[in-house]
Amino acid sequence: MTTIDPSTADVVLRVTGVTKHYGHVQALRGVDMEVRRGEVVGLVGDNGAGKSTLIGVLSGATTPTEGAVEFEGEPVSLSSPSHARDLGIETVYQDLALALDLPIWANLHLGREQRRPGLLGALGFLDKKAMIASAEEELRTTRIRIGSVDARTSALSGGQRQAIAVARATARGSKLVLMDEPTAALGVEQQHRVGELVRHVADRDVPVILISHNLPQVRELCDRVLVMYRGRIVAELDPAIEGVESMIRWITGAALESER
Amino acid sequence: MSAKRLLMGRKQPVETTMMTTLDDAELDRTRRPRTPLQGFGAFLGKGDGDVARVLVLLLIVVVIGLVAPNFISKASWMALSQTATVVALLAIGQTFVIITGGIDLSVGAVMACSAVIGAVVMRELAAGGADPSIAILVGLVTSLGIGSLAGLINGLIITKLRITPFIVTLGMLSVATGSMNLISGGAEIVGLPPQLGSIGNTPLGGWFTVPVLVTILVAVVAGVALSQTRFGLRTFAVGSNQGAARRVGIGVDWHIVRVYVFAGFLAAVAGFLLTSRFVSASTMAGTGMELSSIAAAVIGGASLMGGRGSILGTMVGALIMAALQIGLIIAGVASFWQTIAIGIITVAAVYGDQIRIKYSGERS
Repeated sequence: MTTIDPSTADVVLRVTGVTKHYGHVQALRGVDMEVRRGEVVGLVGDNGAGKSTLIGVLSGATTPTEGAVEFEGEPVSLSSPSHARDLGIETVYQDLALALDLPIWANLHLGREQRRPGLLGALGFLDKKAMIASAEEELRTTRIRIGSVDARTSALSGGQRQAIAVARATARGSKLVLMDEPTAALGVEQQHRVGELVRHVADRDVPVILISHNLPQVRELCDRVLVMYRGRIVAELDPAIEGVESMIRWITGAALESER
Repeated sequence: MSAKRLLMGRKQPVETTMMTTLDDAELDRTRRPRTPLQGFGAFLGKGDGDVARVLVLLLIVVVIGLVAPNFISKASWMALSQTATVVALLAIGQTFVIITGGIDLSVGAVMACSAVIGAVVMRELAAGGADPSIAILVGLVTSLGIGSLAGLINGLIITKLRITPFIVTLGMLSVATGSMNLISGGAEIVGLPPQLGSIGNTPLGGWFTVPVLVTILVAVVAGVALSQTRFGLRTFAVGSNQGAARRVGIGVDWHIVRVYVFAGFLAAVAGFLLTSRFVSASTMAGTGMELSSIAAAVIGGASLMGGRGSILGTMVGALIMAALQIGLIIAGVASFWQTIAIGIITVAAVYGDQIRIKYSGERS
């Protein structure tokens, strides 16, 4: 066996020197970060700090101006959300990106529908049975209980819809999950359940990047917290040590001022 | 492990026993015992309200049949089925468009335009001494090409220039009508190969003419495509949440273009069949048909908000309209009542669907 430095082998995502300019606006001014197997990384910052732009770059929706993204040791250029998904980078969007008129099983497979084998499949016929079965299986492994996967998604409550969006992102060999404000619209009880889902994903060794304004929740869920300020990552905090007060000082830039 | 990793450690797996119940109580709501009235309501709502739609159709047939007994006859079926074909074909294309969240106001004009231009081609070829079957074939291909081209232009302008379907197809309505009148001089096209009439009017097996059989075939293929294929599922996805469809990697623009091409193609099919029935092409044939096709789709349960609709529902909607049209004529009622009845039924159908959705436990 060759010796591999475990710290590098564990790195799933490495971002180096990523910038993004919109005309004269610098949304990202050189971001470096690493995400390792099985960890939950919190990404916090004020509005306009660059969190959403960074998530956009990682999910393939935004093309960076400069910089490199390495995924599982390979340099990648994420050209579109579907390209990112093909690599195993899944995103849970703030608005969940669910088609509410479709049945639950269809939302879980949307964009990756299974087709019947043979000629019928070539004609575009769906293998509904297989998709319903695997939807039930996915919800079972994610420990989400929902009456029937054949029900319309609009019949679900906010928390259940969230769970479906998370289940879609974590199913079928996803290798990195990005979550943009997954609990912003939820009640306390539902926030708690989504938090459990996040930990459940990480426990299966899939890293999660979690954007949230809910700092107590970030502290509770994350192994590390990265603070963005004016397009840069300015601090890496250990939530076991740093409290909400300290995070706020970094988010508002007050900690930077006092360091100077 | 890196020093930092060890220092920070990893959170321990959390107890997950809490998660086994996600709002089960709310799901149970639908399982409570029901009163007979609620049970009947649930029965009507089956198949997204298709049970109720079929019952309304039967009710209309029975009521008109009681008033005018000769409505229940082969002759009136022949008239009704022939009448229904045009609206049904336009409405099938319209249903796909409406499910994507769009609307096609140009289907009537495109039908007339493609039929008239196809007829001009047939007339000129026939006059030039061409074989009638060749003339008919070339006319058919020309019609289908023009219908598809109009749909392609609609779809490309909607997706590439980002103009709303209402405006784009309203523009196409005008352009198609104007082009048709330029080419035809505004007059009905006659002098077509007489063999056309045998396509349009010969009943096969006594009960079904070629236009009716073509319509049934198109309806079956479209119904299966919408409910069983990836194209159908993605049509619903695009209309239900276009942004989500984009983000899961569905080629939304191309999908929308294809749906408008399909609507234009079916408009041309309807136009050609109409030409074959009358062995002439009228420049007035499409007037108001866009609204009829929308009414049939909406009576059939399609939502103008997108994401909902079915071919079975649309076919029932087209049959309801044809039954009223033919039935009221046979019953000797002034034909103006037909438009009043269709207007009322359209609004009532949408209201009925809203009630159904409200009681099915869905939320926005």
